[in-house]
Amino acid sequence: MAPATKEILTGVPPLSSERTVSWPMRTTANLSNGLQIILAEAHSIPKFHGELVFRSGNAAALHRGPALAEMTATVVRTGTAQRNSRQIEEDLRRIGADLSSSAGQDTSAIGFAGLSEFAEPLLQIVDELARGATFPEPEFEREKRQKLEEVKLERTSPGFLANERLRSVLFGPHPYGKVSATEAEVTAYRREDLQAVYREFYTPQNALLLLVGDFDSQAMLKTAERVFGGWAGKKPESKHATAPAHPRGRTVYLVDVPGAVQTQILAGCHAITRKNPDWAKLALTNSLYGGAFNSRLVMNIREDKGYTYSPRSSINALREHGFFTVSAAVRNDVAGASLAEIFYELDKLRALPVPEVELSDAQNYQCGVFSMGLATQEGLLAQLATVALNDLPENYLETYRSRVRDITSADLLQSSRKYFDSPNMQIVMVGDRTHIESQAALFGEVHVYNAHGAMI
Amino acid sequence: MKQPQIAIHSKTLANGLKVVVAPDTAAPVVTVGVYYKIGFRLEPQGRSGFAHLFEHMMFQGSANAPKMQHIKLINSSGGVLNGSTHYDVTNYYQAVPSNALQRVLWLEADRMRALKVDDENLKNQRDVVKEEVRVNVMNQPYGGFPWLDLPPVAFRNWANSHNFYGDFADLDAASLADVQTFFKTYYVPNNAVLLMLGDVKADEGFALAQKYFGDIPAGVSPPFADPSEPQQSEERRGHVEEKFGTLPAMAIGYRVPARRTTEWYAMTLLDLALHGGRAGRLHRELVLEKQVAVEADGGIDDIFGYNGPTQMVTRILHKPEYSSEATLAAFDEVIREVQRTGISEDELQQLKVKWRSDYYSTLEGGRGGYMPRYGLMHLLACFTLFDDAPQLVNTILDGFLSVTRDQIQAVAKKYLCPDNRAMVFRLPLNAGVKQAA
Repeated sequence: MAPATKEILTGVPPLSSERTVSWPMRTTANLSNGLQIILAEAHSIPKFHGELVFRSGNAAALHRGPALAEMTATVVRTGTAQRNSRQIEEDLRRIGADLSSSAGQDTSAIGFAGLSEFAEPLLQIVDELARGATFPEPEFEREKRQKLEEVKLERTSPGFLANERLRSVLFGPHPYGKVSATEAEVTAYRREDLQAVYREFYTPQNALLLLVGDFDSQAMLKTAERVFGGWAGKKPESKHATAPAHPRGRTVYLVDVPGAVQTQILAGCHAITRKNPDWAKLALTNSLYGGAFNSRLVMNIREDKGYTYSPRSSINALREHGFFTVSAAVRNDVAGASLAEIFYELDKLRALPVPEVELSDAQNYQCGVFSMGLATQEGLLAQLATVALNDLPENYLETYRSRVRDITSADLLQSSRKYFDSPNMQIVMVGDRTHIESQAALFGEVHVYNAHGAMI
Repeated sequence: MKQPQIAIHSKTLANGLKVVVAPDTAAPVVTVGVYYKIGFRLEPQGRSGFAHLFEHMMFQGSANAPKMQHIKLINSSGGVLNGSTHYDVTNYYQAVPSNALQRVLWLEADRMRALKVDDENLKNQRDVVKEEVRVNVMNQPYGGFPWLDLPPVAFRNWANSHNFYGDFADLDAASLADVQTFFKTYYVPNNAVLLMLGDVKADEGFALAQKYFGDIPAGVSPPFADPSEPQQSEERRGHVEEKFGTLPAMAIGYRVPARRTTEWYAMTLLDLALHGGRAGRLHRELVLEKQVAVEADGGIDDIFGYNGPTQMVTRILHKPEYSSEATLAAFDEVIREVQRTGISEDELQQLKVKWRSDYYSTLEGGRGGYMPRYGLMHLLACFTLFDDAPQLVNTILDGFLSVTRDQIQAVAKKYLCPDNRAMVFRLPLNAGVKQAA
C-alpha cells in the first residue's frame, strides 16, 4: 500500500488501492560450455528481444589500445566464415531483425530483436558473430577510416567534451578515465589487436545470454541450447586496476569552445557501485535532488529561475566504481549563478532532514518508475541485465519496492553527507572562455583546456 | 503470420471530446494522453515557435492546480509525464500506476477547462525554451539539421516553411494575451482526443471520461489555415553554415504522396529500401561500398504523425575529400538505379517482413522506454484526429503488405525527380572543404 500523499489541493482524487506488481518468472540455465542463459516471457507483441553480453569491455582491452573493445564490436558484424557484410545485413532484414554490436567500459554486447517466428535464424546469426567473425581486412580498414571521422566529430559536442574531462579528472590513469580514442590512437589500431580482443572476450564462459519476449521459455531454451551448445572457450583472466585516488577540494576545468552560446556544466564526485547496499538509498536521494522532474534542482534552476532547459543529476555505476554527476546546459551569463544553486541544493540536503511528505512522494516515484520497465520487452531485458551483471540477489526486482519504502529521512541525510561530496566536487564547464572564465574562478582554481584535450 | 489485434473502444462525448480506451491488464500501469489537433505548422504568423512555447505553458498551472502541481502530483503518484509539439498535433501524456488514473484525468481535465498562468510564468518558460533551442540547435554540431534547415528551402507556404522552434524575436513578442487566445481557439474538447491505455476497462474509462471532462463546454470549431503547397516545378537548393561540425553535410528531401493512398504505401516501402539501416541502399552504397559518406540515413519522419505536406529526407555527412557535387552524384546514382530496375521480389519480401516487425515495435515502443505504450497512443491519437478511425491501428499494416514491385518502381520514377526535391548543403565554416559549385 502506498503511503498517503498529503493533499495540498482541494478536489484532487486520492489514489485508489494499488494493484500488486508481479514480475515474470525467469528461467535460467547454464550450458555445459559455461554459457549462462536467462529467459523471461513477455507477450506484448509477437517479437522477442535479446542480448549476448560478454563481461569484458574497453577497460579490459586498454593495454592494447583505447576504446578497442568498441572497435572490435564494430567490426564483428562485418563478416563471418559463412556470410559477408552485405549478406549479414540482408539476412537480418529478411527475418525482420535488428542487431547492434557495441562495447562499454565493462562489457561487450550483441543486442538483437526480431519476430518470434524467426527466432532460430536470428540466434544463428548471433552465434556466428560470437564465434566465427573473420574481421575481413577491407572491412577493418573502412571501419577505421569511419572511426577517424567519428572521433574528430565527437570533439565538437559539448556533452562529449564535458564527460571526457570529468572522467579523466575523477579516474586519472585508471581505465575508466579514458572514454574515447584520439585520431592518432585510432590510426594505430591493428587488425590483430581486434582479433586478440575477440578471441579473449567472446567466449561462452565469459557470456550471458538474455532473452525476453513472446515465446515459450522451455522451447526457447531448447533452441538456444541447440544453437549455442557447440561453442567453446574459456573465461579471460580478470584484470584489476589500482583504485583511483579521490580528488580533494574543488577545481574547475574549463574546456574552451570559442563561439559557444551556452555553457555545459558537469560536476561530479566518486560514489558507489550497484552492489553497494546503500545503492537504493542513494538512488532515492538522487531522484529527490535532481533525478526527477519535480526534484529540487529542476524546480530551482529551471522552473523558478529559467537558467536551463535540462538540469539533471545521475548516479553512474560502472562495475568497479561509481560516480555522481550533476549536469545542466545554461545561459552563459548565469553559469556561476547556476553552480551556486547546484551547490546550495546539495548542501541543503547534507544539512537538513528531508520532510516526511517529500520523502514519501519520492518513494512513490521511485517505486512507480521501477515498475514501468515491466511494460516493454526491452525495459524488462534491461532490468534483468542489471540484476545478472551485478550479481544482485535473485529476488532483487521483487523486493526493490519494499526496500525503497523502508528508507527513512535519516538514511537520506546520511546518504547525502556520504556521497554528495560537495566540498570535493570536480567542476567541468564547456563554453566560451571569454564569457565564463571569471565566473568559473569563483568556484576554485581554473584549469583551461582546448577541445583536443590539451591544457592551455 | 500472426498479426496481433489490439482491443480498441472509442466514443465521442456530447462536448465533442473523442475518447479512446485500449485495455490491457498485463501490468498495473495506465498511460493517459490528451492530443490537441494543433501543431507548429498552423501556429499564428509572426509567432513562430508559439505552439511549442504554449506546450510549456500547459505545465505552468490551471484553475485548481497551480504551477508545478501537475508535475508534482504525477511524480508523487509514481508516474512520469511529458508533452511534445509536432507538425499537426500537440500531446500531453503520463504513465502512472493504475491506482492514480482518476488523479491524472482530474489534472488533464483541469487544464483543458482553464489554463491559469501569469507573466512571470511566461517569462520563465520563454527563458527555458531559449535554452532548449540553444542546447538542441545553436550550440550543437549539426543542430536542427535538417529538420529546421530544409522547410524554408522546400516549401512556399509559411505554414510549412517557417522556423518551428521559433525566432527569438517572435518568442519575445509572445504575450499572455496570445497564450489565452491560442488556448481558447485550439484547446477545446471538440479539437482533442483523450486516450487511456493499459490497466483500465472500457466502461470504466468512458465513465471516468464523462465524470471529469463531460462538463467542459464545447468551443467554436477552430479555424485552420490552409497548409497546402503550390505545385513544385524546379529543384530547390539552400546553404547553411555549420559552426561546429567537422564534416560537410547535405540533406535531400522529396515531397511524398498524400497519406493512405496506394502511392503512399509504396513510397513508404521504397523509403525502407533506401534508408533501412545498414541494409538500406543509401547506406550500403555511400558508406559501405563507395565510402563517400560517414553517415547516410533518414526517411519519412513520424510516418503516421503528420497531416500535411511532408518530405522523405536523406541526411548525409560525407568525407571532406569528396565535394558536395561528387557526393550528390553518388546519391543520384542510387536513385537512378531504383528508378531503372526497381526492386527484386526477394528485396520486396525482405522489406515487408522488416516493415511488419518495425510496426510491432512502434506499437510497443515507449519513447526510449520511459513511457509505456507511447507508440500505440500516438497512432491511436493521430488516426482519431486525422481520420476519425482509431481502428486503423489494426488494419493499416495490410496496405503496406500488399504493395507490388511495379508500384514501388512507379513512385520512384514519379516522386524521386529533381523537380520534386529540395536540398540543403551545410558546410563547416573552418574545415576548408571543397564547396558545392
